[in-house]
Amino acid sequence: MSNINRRHFLTLAGGTIVATAIGFPMISFGAGKHVVVVGGGIGGATAAKYIRMADPSIEVTLIEPNKTYHTCFLSNEILGGVRDMKSIAFGYAGLKKHGVNVIHDLVTAIEPDSRKVRIKSGKAIGYDACIVSPGVSFNWDAIEGYDASVAEKLPHAWKAGAQTRLLRDQIRAMKDGGTVIIVAPPNPFRCPPGPYERASQMAWYFKNNKPKSKIIILDSKDKFSKMGLFTAGWERHYGFNTNNSMIEWIAGNAGGKVTGIDAKNMTVIGGVDFDADVINVIPPQKAGKIAFVADLVNKKGWCPVNQATFESSRHKGIYVVGDASVASPMPKSGYAANSQAKVCAAAVIAKLNGREAPVPSYVNTCYSILTPDDGMSVAMVYRLGDKGKIIKVKGSGGLTPKDASAIIRQREVAYAHSWFKNITHDTFG
Amino acid sequence: MKQKILIAFFILLSSMMSTTLMAATPEASMLANTCAGCHGTNGSSVGPASPTIAGISVDYFIETMEAYKKEERPSTIMSRIAKGYTEEEIERMAKFFSQQAFIRQPQTYDAKLASRGKKLHKKYCEKCHEDGGTSSEDDAGILAGQWQPYLRYSMDDFTSGNRSMEKKMKKKVNSLQKDHGDAGIDALIHFYISHK
Repeated sequence: MSNINRRHFLTLAGGTIVATAIGFPMISFGAGKHVVVVGGGIGGATAAKYIRMADPSIEVTLIEPNKTYHTCFLSNEILGGVRDMKSIAFGYAGLKKHGVNVIHDLVTAIEPDSRKVRIKSGKAIGYDACIVSPGVSFNWDAIEGYDASVAEKLPHAWKAGAQTRLLRDQIRAMKDGGTVIIVAPPNPFRCPPGPYERASQMAWYFKNNKPKSKIIILDSKDKFSKMGLFTAGWERHYGFNTNNSMIEWIAGNAGGKVTGIDAKNMTVIGGVDFDADVINVIPPQKAGKIAFVADLVNKKGWCPVNQATFESSRHKGIYVVGDASVASPMPKSGYAANSQAKVCAAAVIAKLNGREAPVPSYVNTCYSILTPDDGMSVAMVYRLGDKGKIIKVKGSGGLTPKDASAIIRQREVAYAHSWFKNITHDTFG
Repeated sequence: MKQKILIAFFILLSSMMSTTLMAATPEASMLANTCAGCHGTNGSSVGPASPTIAGISVDYFIETMEAYKKEERPSTIMSRIAKGYTEEEIERMAKFFSQQAFIRQPQTYDAKLASRGKKLHKKYCEKCHEDGGTSSEDDAGILAGQWQPYLRYSMDDFTSGNRSMEKKMKKKVNSLQKDHGDAGIDALIHFYISHK
């Protein structure tokens, strides 16, 4: 494995070489600092962009294996038949315009002592600060008979892209009167309202195309995010709580806990066994793989951080943002990752300029869409509490009111789509 | 001596308490960055509904946020968010966004309606929303290039009585509706979104 230092790396990455008076090649970046961002999802891309925007003297290199990122948020609308795959696909040209060096490769190690990141193609890249946005990975041991290879047939679709397309195609191919099972994961997991929005979007598609079909949510939990609003919405649109409900939700304490999958016979095994035509298993989750490789996780499989800066509690100089970080009470959401990445970017800039980390401020906003004319949101403003932990600002945030009018719920959809366009532009544009 | 030490100790203690109990106010960009997920980077929304808040007047921003806080102005989500910020934080955000450029995106409009709207704007709106609704100097909202659904929702809220209007505006909107009906409002909106 060749070991190139940062200066050489930058030369390879296209830094301008100028000859000095005595003839040694030198890089024109001068004494600039170098930040390596590992992972080009919402957290990583936002951090890279915001560092470049606020302090262009800092060199930023983002390493991400894929050339296209598909947002998990709003990918449920693809199942509803109201959004296409192209609209959730984002590339890295926007970040390059901000001067971010983008390398499509896989990080195989992060070495905090020598401050180097190793990539699969064999290079080592030095850093002054490393921001890791690992996202989530799945606990494949949790459900018997369900692993990465089975997921190629029975999709999780909890990382958007090919998996989303597969689930969409299966629903489209299903006969009218068929049954879809969604296996919802235990807390904590990416996008807490996501499984229930997914059921809503599938129901929208069925209502318009295959009205005899059913969706059964088998949950390991006894309650879920935005539960009152979801169930009220399902009553309005999908016959919930009637004999003819399109959506059925089975709580963990009512037999919803799933222990195994029999993919061959299309059976979900748990408190009660269920046969289905389409099975969508959203497995229990933990931090993305690189977090384990780089020793950034706690016993529960998530990354503890200093919540003022997102610097890892386990290794100095490495920062973890997004779904993988322990940032409760913030949920694991795209907006939270975007917000955390900006706090982290400001902290890293301060650190590299010899200043104290600034006072942080964070926000989360999540939309869920029940039908093209009926949406809802949850929001919260956060600050750093006295004990150095993120806390909710008292009196702020909360859900769309239960008694919100149809006009307000329609506006929530318009604002959800606007949220989507703006957050993706803020992240990748 | 003992007393002096004691006093010094109390001063130290109280200063420590004031820094821990009184949460420090984040700087303007830190606060403003939390808005970008919906209102766009530096407050210029890429649409299709949430309004651009870049270039906004300081007074109008503060007035709006305070109205959201008190639920005096209708909203979907903004009341819940506005309640998360102190007066000082809102002032900082106001200053930040007032200094950003309002970056406009093209919107589809009806040219005929827009030219009719231009005349109506001159007659009914220009006095407060100066320079064709592009100015923030007048401490009224910037209308030119604002997103269509937001303009529509705002006018719906005004005309339905859900959102209160200042006396002068109420008079003008009433006579606009009397003279031109809802088509007049429609024309105005097309004029504003035609601005490039």
